[in-house]
Amino acid sequence: MTELLEPRAIGRDTVRRDGEAKVRGTATYAIETPVEHPAYAHPVQATVARGRITAIDTSAAEALDGVLVVLTHENAERLASTDDREFAVLQGDEVAFRGQLVGVVVAETSELARQAADAVRVTYAEQPHDSELRVDHPDLYAPEQVNAGHPTDTAEGDVAAAVATAAVTVEETYSTAMYFNNPLEPHATTALWDPATDVPLTLWDSTQGVHPARAAVCEVFGLEEERVRVVCPFVGGGFGSKGTPHANLMLVTMAARALPGRPVKLALTRQQMFALSAYRTPTIQKIQLAADRTGRLQALALDVVEQTSRIKEFAEQTAAPARMMYASPNRRTTHRLAALDVPVPSWMRAPGECPGMFGPEVAMDELAERLGVDPVELRIRNEPEVDPETGKPWSSRNLVHCLREGAERFGWAERPPAGHREGAWLVGTGVASSVYPTMRQAKSTATIRFEDGRYVAEIGAADLGTGAWTVLPQITADALDVDLDDVEVRIGDTRYPVASVAGGSSGTNTWGSALVVAATEFRSKFGGSPADGDEVSGDVDQASKDEDHSAYAFGAQFAEVRVNVATGELRVPRLYGVFGAGRIVNPRTARSQLIGGMTMGLSMALHENGVWDPRIGQAATHDLAEYHVTVNADVGDIQAHWLDEHDPYVNAMGSKGIGEIGITGTAAAVVNAVHRATGVRVRDLPVTLDKVLAALP
Amino acid sequence: MPAIGFGTPGAGGTAASVDADITLTVDGEQQRLTVDTRTTLLDTLRERLGNASPKKGCDHGQCGACTVLLDGDRALSCLALAVAHDGAEITTADGLAAGGELHPVQQAFLDRDAFQCGYCTPGQICSAVGVLDEVRRGWPSHASEDLTADPELTHDEVAERMSGNLCRCGAYANIVPAVQQAGGMA
Repeated sequence: MTELLEPRAIGRDTVRRDGEAKVRGTATYAIETPVEHPAYAHPVQATVARGRITAIDTSAAEALDGVLVVLTHENAERLASTDDREFAVLQGDEVAFRGQLVGVVVAETSELARQAADAVRVTYAEQPHDSELRVDHPDLYAPEQVNAGHPTDTAEGDVAAAVATAAVTVEETYSTAMYFNNPLEPHATTALWDPATDVPLTLWDSTQGVHPARAAVCEVFGLEEERVRVVCPFVGGGFGSKGTPHANLMLVTMAARALPGRPVKLALTRQQMFALSAYRTPTIQKIQLAADRTGRLQALALDVVEQTSRIKEFAEQTAAPARMMYASPNRRTTHRLAALDVPVPSWMRAPGECPGMFGPEVAMDELAERLGVDPVELRIRNEPEVDPETGKPWSSRNLVHCLREGAERFGWAERPPAGHREGAWLVGTGVASSVYPTMRQAKSTATIRFEDGRYVAEIGAADLGTGAWTVLPQITADALDVDLDDVEVRIGDTRYPVASVAGGSSGTNTWGSALVVAATEFRSKFGGSPADGDEVSGDVDQASKDEDHSAYAFGAQFAEVRVNVATGELRVPRLYGVFGAGRIVNPRTARSQLIGGMTMGLSMALHENGVWDPRIGQAATHDLAEYHVTVNADVGDIQAHWLDEHDPYVNAMGSKGIGEIGITGTAAAVVNAVHRATGVRVRDLPVTLDKVLAALP
Repeated sequence: MPAIGFGTPGAGGTAASVDADITLTVDGEQQRLTVDTRTTLLDTLRERLGNASPKKGCDHGQCGACTVLLDGDRALSCLALAVAHDGAEITTADGLAAGGELHPVQQAFLDRDAFQCGYCTPGQICSAVGVLDEVRRGWPSHASEDLTADPELTHDEVAERMSGNLCRCGAYANIVPAVQQAGGMA
């Protein structure tokens, strides 16, 4: 058990400290860093999906007045490490996917850099490529483990025997599309290589972690960490795609090193992001559920097929939530991957839980229907007393409470019958559960110093819009037992102590814990009247850590869908979520994160669809006109509520992560509502008009 | 008409650029500058004048992050060539708070937490200022029931009119009440 902080600033609705700069547009994002006399870089990308470069002609580009540098694999520096093949840019003639970086041009202006990049002529010996994921792909393999260190497969009991004898079964295949993170701020960097100084490399980079980004660059270029500074006060969204660096950071660093003393700016275009930043693998989910007449699960199996790239493995842990969500004596989960000639997949908001709470949560709805049991009640009947995966008790698990409170708020008991019609619209309602693990990273340090009558805390954390600029001072103020106004927290710079990536909804848990350790140490060392300059550091690994409980945030989402009988147009006038996520540090920023996640889940349900063209090996929908994301008019009454949840095991704040749970389960709730309205069970996302049209009256 | 001159020709007679002299008034300040005729208004603001308030999200008019007020109306500055707007008056989100005090729309965005990462925000705010003006002038939208009636700032009207501005953080549910608040409707 952890002694929880007495909440004074924690729990208070607090306006964002960076809010005024953001509404004015004066918050400085990476590419906007004011520097003297910048040069502009523009990448050259491969136009074949697999092959070798046989010739590169840069003469026309170099002849343009104002072009400063043209780099290709023929003249680029050799990197210290090419172990990570995504980062090994311009190191050879091999092309592993369409859109791969094969060159970069640096010029006096951005217009000129783009013109010159277009003038680089690359000739290829093209080879046959394979970029299409299929459930029966001949090269499917089992990775050693899946993302976040989860086992690839799990098995308990005998699923086949249970399915063979069960009263009711569901055996269906579900699929999710290829999703692109698409933060509004493109992946971008201002880079300066100035060898005459002590810290020769400075990268103002859009990243979810300045320290992890620095570590990657140091590894690739063979630099010592003291000689590299990464700065990122503001991130224009990331959703995982800026959690680990991508090849663009290595490319701009290389370009800067070719132009000592001159700052070089490189921002990927929106189109380039579809090949170079990150995306979520499409998933194919084969599900088996077996239950007795009362709805108690006897077997639960999920076999996942998904893709990775040939040059770097990323194995999304799609089956992870199926291992712990519901009780069942017989269970099996597997992950199989196909390594294709495709861009490198990576983290996207709630990797694992997001796609993994689609198939199973729709299957539960199908099971409820076949049993004639209310889908809320079916979930409650399968509530496990302990974590089915680990056997550990829950630190706190309030799924049932979330389902009941959500049902109450939504008016679930009074919901209209299946196929209910109001004028030109069929109306349906659906429910699904949400879940996300509560994680703390191993490494983070905070420093607290008394300076000019205020407490200044420093930690290399990142605020992606999540609210860290505002929430970390709230935690620090309570840990020091001082007014919020007396605390300043500085983040986003490797000059501050090391911090973990803003990922896995672990930021507040990790950085907050380090700040509490530092604050406690500060008080015990200096008492209530410190002198100017008094300073201590605290590490997250000094914070008490519970190993005996399984810690997750849970939630329930309820959707109302309306389907136009003539056109099949789909609307979601209501989407309500209730979450049990520990103590909420700042209700204002928390609500924004939760409704933001739910809105992205709505987007996944109805709009997002990375359409892959296997003939040429690229996303056909590679801009925001074709890769649709939810817009303002798509959103109706969207509400996020939370329980007053007390969890003494997670950390001193009593808080669980909230950045990702909002996107989990949403798409299933919408699909289940579409079924209730139309009778059509859509098992492959997104739900588009064509999939319901044929069944309309 | 702006004066246009040819830049230094590159090898093989390829002109690297064609330049033009123009004048812009940006956030109340007059600026005389020479621009590459390929330069968008957005890049002129961000890369030439150091005004990074309007953002580049897609550079193709698909996301709205670059929205500014161009001679009073909301406009996508990434789809406008600077040379075509000689003499124009441009207001960015930063310019809306030129006196040091936030514009009512900016204050409403703060009050309603109508943003997270902040990257689409200056564009949303300029767009909202444009929307409120369009509604005052009686312009109907796709969501208007009666095309001849004075539109009201209902949820559907605001959401429809703000749909050219993408917010990947998903703050739409807070943006609509912020615009309504600034319009005196909430």
